[in-house]
Amino acid sequence: MEEELTRESICQHENLVYSRTSLMTPKALSYCPGCGHGTAHRLIMEVIEEMNLQSQTIGVAPVGCSVLAYDFLDIDMQQAAHGRAPAVATGIKRLLPDKFVFTYQGDGDLAAIGTGETIHACNRGENICIFFVNNGIYGMTGGQMAPTTLPNMKTATSPYGRDVVTMGYPLKITEMVAMLPGTCFVTRQSVHTPANVRKTKKAIQKAVQCQLDKKGLSFVEIVSNCNSGWKMTPLESNKWMEENMFPVFPLGDIKVPKS
Amino acid sequence: MEDIKLMKGNEAIAEGVIRAGCDGYFGYPITPQSEVLEYLMMARTEERTGMVVLQAESEIASIHMVYGGAACGKRVMTSSSSPGISLMQEGISFMAGTELPCLLLNVVRGGPGLGTIQPSQSDYFQAVKGGGHGDYKLIVLAPASVQEMYDFAKLGFDLAFKYRIQVMVLSDGAIGQMMEKVVLDEQIPRQTNEEIIKNYPWVTSGKTPDRERNIITSLDLDPVKQEKINIHLQEKFKKITENEVRFETLMCDDAEYLFVAYGSSARVCQKAIQLGRDKGLKVGLLRPITLFPFPYDEVARLAKQVKGILCVEMSAGQMIEDVRLGVNGVVKVGHFGRLGGIIPAPDEVLNVMEEIFIRENNYGRRTN
Repeated sequence: MEEELTRESICQHENLVYSRTSLMTPKALSYCPGCGHGTAHRLIMEVIEEMNLQSQTIGVAPVGCSVLAYDFLDIDMQQAAHGRAPAVATGIKRLLPDKFVFTYQGDGDLAAIGTGETIHACNRGENICIFFVNNGIYGMTGGQMAPTTLPNMKTATSPYGRDVVTMGYPLKITEMVAMLPGTCFVTRQSVHTPANVRKTKKAIQKAVQCQLDKKGLSFVEIVSNCNSGWKMTPLESNKWMEENMFPVFPLGDIKVPKS
Repeated sequence: MEDIKLMKGNEAIAEGVIRAGCDGYFGYPITPQSEVLEYLMMARTEERTGMVVLQAESEIASIHMVYGGAACGKRVMTSSSSPGISLMQEGISFMAGTELPCLLLNVVRGGPGLGTIQPSQSDYFQAVKGGGHGDYKLIVLAPASVQEMYDFAKLGFDLAFKYRIQVMVLSDGAIGQMMEKVVLDEQIPRQTNEEIIKNYPWVTSGKTPDRERNIITSLDLDPVKQEKINIHLQEKFKKITENEVRFETLMCDDAEYLFVAYGSSARVCQKAIQLGRDKGLKVGLLRPITLFPFPYDEVARLAKQVKGILCVEMSAGQMIEDVRLGVNGVVKVGHFGRLGGIIPAPDEVLNVMEEIFIRENNYGRRTN
């Protein structure tokens, strides 16, 4: 007779691929099941833990789905006003230049209301890291059109699809900041497959190292799904992301640090 | 030997913050206060005290840089003039919600809109009644001299950290631009990071194993908790109201007619009192130094003594609402204001006082 599989029998140490990152708090994530935010959080915390930076880290949370990021990350954090995280991070880093400072922002926060703060922090070469989660929609407020919403994509505020003639085009802000001499490392990644998760972690490691080496601003975009906002199952949303988001927002390094 | 210099008001406050141990200034140029940033840049503060000075891309960015620095326990400030202060209201409200200390300087110019670059006092409501969204107050200090521009730098930082509140120095284009002698103090050393962590355990400085993580946020989605936060803030404002009222009286002992004025208008009234006393009129001046908390009790006390009160402001009548609250109908209150960047002349002010209260045939004509 086969042994019955139970939670206890499965959750044995030898079966575990991942363990909970110690810098993630026990609080359950408030993100929708299937969303990439949780993975992005975990990767950043893993890198901070592995590089032994907890006592040196000050994070800045945005307004948007990750407004409550500080509930999940066991580090000192400041919650910034909508779009202002790069300015807040500038204030921190200028006054505490030896700390590790990062912002975690969505596309509405970073590429719409906070465009000015983003561009100028990049242009000044602030020695910080910006982690930018781009899912092409305003998730927190219920699925409205974002600066990165694709042409013809339906959202709550573009119910007939984004008409680029009247509503503009998806903003490729990552390519824009790569043009600025103040940025040292600019990359676009995703977290929808194990291979991509590993690549994203490497990118985060590289971004953190750039800051420790005082090379300037590192900008890591993570193209992510918003299955709730896109009104799809998680699997459908990942497929849709590959087919529709990646052609507009191609993955890979856009600017690599000078050695 | 005393260290005395002839300085502009804007330069005096810049020198004042350096000497008060300020850690960081973030600002954006706007007339009539650009000398603050210019002076700080010229002063090579990084070499002198280690103070960081950064020209931001906007007033919005400036105030949020201040937010980031203040949340690390640093003595940080920004300065601007009216249109720029309007842009900063978002950040000021966030600092009120997170109880972050900072120093703000508004060298007021005439409005609304771009208005003019000439001095005005038309931002009283914005400064004193909150300014941004939500129930909150700033401590508002109103300098009437270049010396006070200098002195309020240190006083402002001390109050800001005593109460974890935002302190605004509400100046105007005249006080900012005019030159007077200033007595300077010794340099106060900036606090070390170790001192900051010891003195302000709430700051974000990197979580160490000996404490829980520190979070600076103004968000609480639970209305019951949010109400508690608001009640806590109101209790703080009440404590400030009880302990921090500052004012100055001039020739009030025997006064029959009282001017109430702050900042530049108070300087004009000083001269008007001289002119009045020369004519045998018993006129005095109450000059609020803190606009929040407002000296209601002193207004009430003097209201029982005098025959009339004239509120002089370079606005259409903003502080007069607080004066009336203090007077509580005990005596007639008149208003005289010049608008759009015009400073009234002393004889003009005295003439209005006489016209309203003293020349019998016109008694009460301009009161409202």
